[in-house]
Amino acid sequence: MNTLLKLNDVHTYIGQYHILQGVNFEAMEGQVSVLLGRNGAGKTTTLKTIMGLTPASKGDVEFRTHSIKKSPTYKVAKLGIGYVPENQGIFADLTVEENMKVAMRKEDTATFERQNYVLELFPDLKKFWKKAGGHLSGGQKQMLSMARAFINDSKLMLIDEPSKGLAPIVVEKVMEAIVEMKKQTSIILVEQNFMMASRIGDTYTLIDDGRTVHSGNMQDLIHHEELKRKYLGIG
Amino acid sequence: MKMRLSLQHLCFFLMLAILVLLPFVNDSRTLIILLTQIFIFGILAMSYDILLGYTGIVSFGHAMFFGIGAYTTAVMLKQMEPTLSTFLISIVVGMLLAGFISFLVGLLTLRLKNHFFAMLTLSFSGLFLVVAEKWRSVTYGNDGFTFKAPEIFKDRMTFYFFVLTCLVVIFIALYRFVNSPTGRILIAVRENEQRTKSLGYNTLYYKVIASVVAGTVASLAGSLYAVSLRFVNTSVMTMDITLDALLMTIIGGVGTLVGPLLGSAVIEYAQHALSGLARDYPIFERWIIFFGILYILAVIFFPKGIIGSLRMMFWKWRLKHKEKNQSSVALSQEKERFE
Repeated sequence: MNTLLKLNDVHTYIGQYHILQGVNFEAMEGQVSVLLGRNGAGKTTTLKTIMGLTPASKGDVEFRTHSIKKSPTYKVAKLGIGYVPENQGIFADLTVEENMKVAMRKEDTATFERQNYVLELFPDLKKFWKKAGGHLSGGQKQMLSMARAFINDSKLMLIDEPSKGLAPIVVEKVMEAIVEMKKQTSIILVEQNFMMASRIGDTYTLIDDGRTVHSGNMQDLIHHEELKRKYLGIG
Repeated sequence: MKMRLSLQHLCFFLMLAILVLLPFVNDSRTLIILLTQIFIFGILAMSYDILLGYTGIVSFGHAMFFGIGAYTTAVMLKQMEPTLSTFLISIVVGMLLAGFISFLVGLLTLRLKNHFFAMLTLSFSGLFLVVAEKWRSVTYGNDGFTFKAPEIFKDRMTFYFFVLTCLVVIFIALYRFVNSPTGRILIAVRENEQRTKSLGYNTLYYKVIASVVAGTVASLAGSLYAVSLRFVNTSVMTMDITLDALLMTIIGGVGTLVGPLLGSAVIEYAQHALSGLARDYPIFERWIIFFGILYILAVIFFPKGIIGSLRMMFWKWRLKHKEKNQSSVALSQEKERFE
């Protein structure tokens, strides 16, 4: 299995705050790699650093063996990295259709096929196709955000806390969708909900205080009570 | 949606018909001059709406482009034969110049965060104002200069129709622009720039496009303004012009295109009416105070602008109507079940 994305000793500052203080992480092709950690550990910043939204000041970020550390965000996205942010980032004044169109970088057959595929995954979007993004429910916004990231031929999807603030039934739907997406793309998932993360994830990386503290197979973590208790507060 | 579109078209054609017929029904010179001013400032305010309403950029230097258009036309009509062709060429030259300068200014400043950008546009505008003041051999400094307008515009009615045509063409062009894929990306930039970047768009490129479009259209407004006065001085580049455009956009409703037009009509008419009242009531000699009160009232009662507030009222009414219909349907279904 090939390494798709690699972070080597990444340090990131936000203003004067040293948020990431040495993150090492690898995402393999065809897998769901989960970033775990307590609130404020640096998971979201790790995703933002990969996207170039909060660029790394030290270390390196490699995508398919090429460094993307200094690439601007739009170039990172064009390489095939889709990003679903924590706050969904829906364009409230645009309709669902327009949100999808804005996300399309090409308007070819393959893109429309992917659009049909995501609309099958998220039938609610089809139902509210002409409705403004701002009028959707939290779950529908999450679906739209994921659909937008998936509509291009993304080689890697970065999904930040997809279950946050959603009703359990919607979380279930979102999880099913991620499992479906996994068949077509690699995923880096940031998730607080350990139940969900453990059901979807293949590998995990634990981040604490901006540093990578542990990584391995998800199955191992499920049975590692001490690690879960120490870094996730569960067990 | 289809219904709403056709209603919009109907309003557009109805308004256009009124504006075309009005000078024949009432050929008052004052009215025609007032309407011409409204149209000119309407074009300026629409150009500002592209920045503020559609891209979320606050610029304090928009008067710079208005001034570039005004000076280009005035200087060309003074230095060359004041014919219609000179005037038309001056409009094109002004627009190209403003487009080029807005491109350069945009490229230099639009990387910055919004407030830094606003301050930089203010300083660029100040720079151009100083150039206009000091380059006396061409601009005659603060005093400005008069010039002859093309013969055809001696008749105010002809100029009225020329400006109205410009307004309609610019409105349609901007309407198509904001509803194009590029327009959608501009809205996306306004709503969430980081998110737009992470969808693969170089947002600087789109912001520069908006800046060039806005600058070019503002220059056209400036050219028309200069000819309407047959005079130009440095006041066309002052902050007052930018503030007028800003207020027209805010009072009318940002991100609507029609709103700034309405805002221009409200402000121009208020200025005209309040200053006119001073002849009969001395208290209105301080009309600018009443004007300030009017602004405050407008912002309190129409925080989303006139068009924005009307839209909200319409949505609320529709929601209420829908709920009422749903409850009456539910009631009749309940009744049928019971019977």
